[in-house]
Amino acid sequence: MSLKIYVPRDAAALAADAEKVAEAVLAEAKIRDVEVELIRNGSRGMLWLEPLVEIERDGIRHAFGPVAPGDVRALFDADWGDHALALGPTEEIAWFKRQTRLTFARVGVIDPLSLDAYEAHGGLKGLRRALGMTGAAMIDEMKESGLRGRGGAGFPTGIKWDTVRLAEASQKYIVANADEGDSGTFADRMLMEGDPFSLIEGMAIAGICVGATRGYIYLRSEYPEAIHVMNEAIRIARARGLLGPSVLGSDFAYDMEVRVGAGAYVCGEETSLLNSLEGKRGVVRAKPPLPAIEGFLGKPTVVNNIISLGTVPVIFERGAAHYRDFGLGRSRGTIPIQIAGNVKFGGLFETAFGTSLGALVDEIGGGTFSGRPVKAVQVGGPLGAYFPRSKFDTPFGYEEFDGEGGLIGHAGVVVFDDTADMLGMARFAMEFCAVESCGKCTPCRIGAVRGVETVDRIARGEVEAIPLLTDLCDTMTDGSLCALGGFTPYPVMSALRHFPDDFHANAKEAAE
Amino acid sequence: MPIPPAPADLEGRLDAILADHADLEGPLLPILHAVQAEWGYVPPEALPIIAKGLNISRAEVHGVVSFYHDFREAPAGRHMLKICRAEACQARGGQGIEAAAKARLGVDWHGTSKDGGVTLEPVYCLGLCATGPAMMLDGRVVARVDKTRLDALLAEVEA
Ligand SMILES: Cc1cc2nc3c(=O)[nH]c(=O)nc-3n(C[C@H](O)[C@H](O)[C@H](O)COP(=O)(O)O)c2cc1C
Ligand code: SF4
Ligand code: FES
Repeated sequence: MSLKIYVPRDAAALAADAEKVAEAVLAEAKIRDVEVELIRNGSRGMLWLEPLVEIERDGIRHAFGPVAPGDVRALFDADWGDHALALGPTEEIAWFKRQTRLTFARVGVIDPLSLDAYEAHGGLKGLRRALGMTGAAMIDEMKESGLRGRGGAGFPTGIKWDTVRLAEASQKYIVANADEGDSGTFADRMLMEGDPFSLIEGMAIAGICVGATRGYIYLRSEYPEAIHVMNEAIRIARARGLLGPSVLGSDFAYDMEVRVGAGAYVCGEETSLLNSLEGKRGVVRAKPPLPAIEGFLGKPTVVNNIISLGTVPVIFERGAAHYRDFGLGRSRGTIPIQIAGNVKFGGLFETAFGTSLGALVDEIGGGTFSGRPVKAVQVGGPLGAYFPRSKFDTPFGYEEFDGEGGLIGHAGVVVFDDTADMLGMARFAMEFCAVESCGKCTPCRIGAVRGVETVDRIARGEVEAIPLLTDLCDTMTDGSLCALGGFTPYPVMSALRHFPDDFHANAKEAAE
Repeated sequence: MPIPPAPADLEGRLDAILADHADLEGPLLPILHAVQAEWGYVPPEALPIIAKGLNISRAEVHGVVSFYHDFREAPAGRHMLKICRAEACQARGGQGIEAAAKARLGVDWHGTSKDGGVTLEPVYCLGLCATGPAMMLDGRVVARVDKTRLDALLAEVEA
């Protein structure tokens, strides 16, 4: 009887030597003359345990981790049973069990490049259902699901699609935004590496709904594994008739390709992205016109985040109501939260909206990796606010975070312990804005450089420069065309507001 | 150090690259990636040829090359080390790794070690934020980097 062993190919596992673990498994099996079926799956999302190796027995998967290449021999010796790295049945691990996995249901479970496994786990059901619906009925389904854009702005996906659907044009496009530049986020990467067909299916449904026959995934160059897996998946989808002149034998045509970014954070902004896709400098365009009216090459274009599009199949498979019934207030469904930074149990945790920030950090994240007290949590990437412990009861939702002077963005949660210097983090936010600014607006391009200088003055003890920093932030908020310049004040001002001591440290010393 | 391409090679290869991308919508970025994959940077001599092939101005091509962090206008070292500077890696001690790499290579960001061996570039997030500090060495990602791991990996490529 052959032994079924899973070793992830997710970049987080590869970065922790998963390739060598896979080689060791095959080598050890050969020595022992054991027949092994090695499956390279995506990640289960418990990243502190990567490489997390699984073995399937009687249809149940048992986890071991984190496995180093040198552990493999002993694991075979123990017959993949009683061993210090044994974690029990994977889906019984509390961290995993507590989740509601809709978008990520298949990630880590299947071989990402097996279309058969994809179908066996519910894949293509949504698309088959959509093929029997009118465009208008599909829009109703999307609106009813309550799905809002997961790229940060939270705009209702159904409404965006309807604008494109109703636009008259010879050609329309679906563009998937896989620029995922926010620090602390990796959900797009994990979905593309772990379940690429869900993105292809979601984009095909979008195309059929709005009347677009071509699609692009704008994928950042920092993700070589995702680029590889997506390209392979598209090739397979074409060969199997999921993409091409007749999608699954229907009258609809839809095809797509991957385009690789070139290391510019601002190209995650949708109009900058479209310029980049057209082969131009990634400068932000003024809106209107909306991309939905004049997008790629001037044609109506749906631009959606990977998680937004990757959630479409499950909405059509299970029905809008099933999705909508999860969540809180106007934040419907589930959200794949990425718990990162100085945290003990970091990874991808998909759950209904509404979990409090404190539960995410303390209970699920297990506090800091260093074991020191949590000082601050940055939510929503480099343009997101720093939250102090006193705001840990904020429930995870768009309006709820907005109400606390923050944003959920792409749902990255980055934990810092008490050694973090919040003045340093404010400086970094300004520096990042200066490095990544597209250069179009003065308050962003010049303001960010002045911001770095001003923070440096404060660091030297010139506390009288603090009002200057506040004014500068106001100017950036008011005078920036996009959220790079417009939201950089979030991390800066929240650091100043909640951690004033870090901005007065040298001043106090001078006074003593 | 990579040797600048001879003009004849350059033209021949560029024509082939341009032909490969002829039917793409918005072909410039894929072309520049292909050029950089070929020579390790975008040779200035390539700009007029690309411009002519796409029927745009040389200034336009240069504007695009200079906008994106990925495109190099001069050759890099034999190896490329990109260290994540972003917040989640900082929270896990990334600045210590940055400092150690700079000291070992004797360079600041964007510099190349004296022997032309390693170029050091910052990167803002590799999507490995729960297992930082993270870096990428010659396209290969590495997580949970500490000084020992950094030294071992650099010793490997410097050998
Ligand atoms: C500076 C900046 C960077 C952005 N980066 C991303 C990104 O990496 N991924 C993304 O999906 N959206 C990003 N956005 C938001 C996009 O502009 C856009 O709102 C989104 O792709 C729309 O998709 P959604 O409605 O599915 O969220 C960014 C916005 C700004 C201002
Ligand atoms: S705010 Fe900054 S990045 Fe955004 S459009 Fe203006 S200059 Fe460009
Ligand atoms: S912040 Fe360093 S990998 Fe994301």
